[in-house]
Amino acid sequence: MAEHRTDAHIPTVIADELHIVYRVNGAKTGKGSATAALSRIMKRGEERGVRKVHAVRGVSFVAYRGEAIGLIGSNGSGKSTLLRAIAGLLPPEKGKVYTDGQPSLLGVNAALMNDLTGERNVILGGLAMGMTREQIKERYQEIVDFSGINEKGDFITLPMRTYSSGMAARLRFSIAAAKDHDVLMIDEALATGDRKFQKRSEERIRELRKEAGTVFLVSHNNKSIRDTCNRVLWLERGELRMDGPTDEVLKEYEKFTGK
Amino acid sequence: MSAPPSPDEGLTAAQLAAKYGLSVSGARPSLFEYVRQLWDRRHFILAFSRAKLTAQYSQAKLGQLWQVATPLLNAAVYFFIFGLILKADRGMDREVYIPFLVTGVFVFTFTQSSVMAGVRAISGNLGLVRALHFPRASLPISFALQQLQQLLFSMIVLFVVAVGFGSYPRLSWLLIVPALVLQFLFNTGLAMIMARAGAKTPDLAQLMPFVMRTWMYASGVMFSIPIMLKDRPEWIATVLQWNPAAIYMDLMRFALIDGYGSENLPDHVWAAALGWALLFAVGGFVYFWKAEERYGRG
Repeated sequence: MAEHRTDAHIPTVIADELHIVYRVNGAKTGKGSATAALSRIMKRGEERGVRKVHAVRGVSFVAYRGEAIGLIGSNGSGKSTLLRAIAGLLPPEKGKVYTDGQPSLLGVNAALMNDLTGERNVILGGLAMGMTREQIKERYQEIVDFSGINEKGDFITLPMRTYSSGMAARLRFSIAAAKDHDVLMIDEALATGDRKFQKRSEERIRELRKEAGTVFLVSHNNKSIRDTCNRVLWLERGELRMDGPTDEVLKEYEKFTGK
Repeated sequence: MSAPPSPDEGLTAAQLAAKYGLSVSGARPSLFEYVRQLWDRRHFILAFSRAKLTAQYSQAKLGQLWQVATPLLNAAVYFFIFGLILKADRGMDREVYIPFLVTGVFVFTFTQSSVMAGVRAISGNLGLVRALHFPRASLPISFALQQLQQLLFSMIVLFVVAVGFGSYPRLSWLLIVPALVLQFLFNTGLAMIMARAGAKTPDLAQLMPFVMRTWMYASGVMFSIPIMLKDRPEWIATVLQWNPAAIYMDLMRFALIDGYGSENLPDHVWAAALGWALLFAVGGFVYFWKAEERYGRG
């Protein structure tokens, strides 16, 4: 981490005793029948039929400019939830997140529509990420070329539902990666498309990293964490189990997972 | 824990954040700032509404032709039931009643579908809310805008029906524009109120169809309120006529139909239309904004 000290140690993200709780309707344990639901309604008590999932429990850390931070942990340990909370997309139950500028999650999947052509999805996705029409027009060709969608014919003018899952994933990544970010968060985005596209996307992420102030990367691939990150947060059951230089944390994590 | 040592040792998180000018992530912006952010997203709002509209019929063989065919079939069904079977046209000529009925159905459907889309604007798009940053009011506004575009397609049918029954284009048709603008404002405000309520209680999506149907029958979509209620106490008809849905329907009929004169409208009808529009647009917007930072918790 020593080489980053030169950046005067400016914090970009501060998480302070962060708790995130999901509320799930209709998932209360017990019989799922209508009568059971009715009897639950009749019973007094707060928040009937609502089950709470405590996904992140009291996580605190400070991230600095120039850091690339990996988030590791087993499935369901709260990594993606923590990312969304940092981005301000999930309101915290308790605690606070302070950020410099607007952190953004790499991904536009939710804004795209399968019934629209690839062409319109590029525009819609760009607008959803907050790009202006001019910026999109400027980058349009770049996005299409990068996705490689048109290598096998004029697919960009077909609806996205006609794409193979690999093609759709490539277009999604290409749209998402078209914007520059201050604080960039990547959620296992490396594993899309075929081998050739994976290499291309890894390169693009390295570029984005250079431009971004701070990068967060969620991945189950220890190699890609080792390649890109200089600091690792290890989450387990929503708690921060370890926070430190990549090698130290990964060594402990591999011991824990029995690799 | 091996957090790197720093000269800021000993500061609390809040002090550290203040020192470097960091702000709370996902905090609600001021009302003025919120309006500015929304304005910045106007292209997204428009593109999103148009994309939704196109996606609706993209799998059908006739494609976008359904934009016009759906309202046409709707009008035909209502004409068949209320015009031919129930004969609800009491006291009205056929030349007035048919356009009267079709206008009522289209104008009310505009409000109805805005409300239904509003209820699901946040709760049906949690994936989007949890993935990207944008002022959340973009969603209900975008859905209301989608319904407005849908209505513009219906207007084509409406013009054909009006001309077919002897109401030819004249100067008063220009009044359609302000009437639509006011109704759109009213609908958007209502959609924002429903969006906040629906985000907290998704069950509203099940309940609202019944509320909307009650509202439809109480607003005189397929009958004239003053004629139908002339044996009842006068205040009932007055209340029903002043309800926003009835006001916007009546304005559109007055503008469009030759034989539907101002004697059918309550007094100060334009003032009422403006009042409802402003009350709901401003009130709904502020009400929606107040919970901005909480959408997405689910």
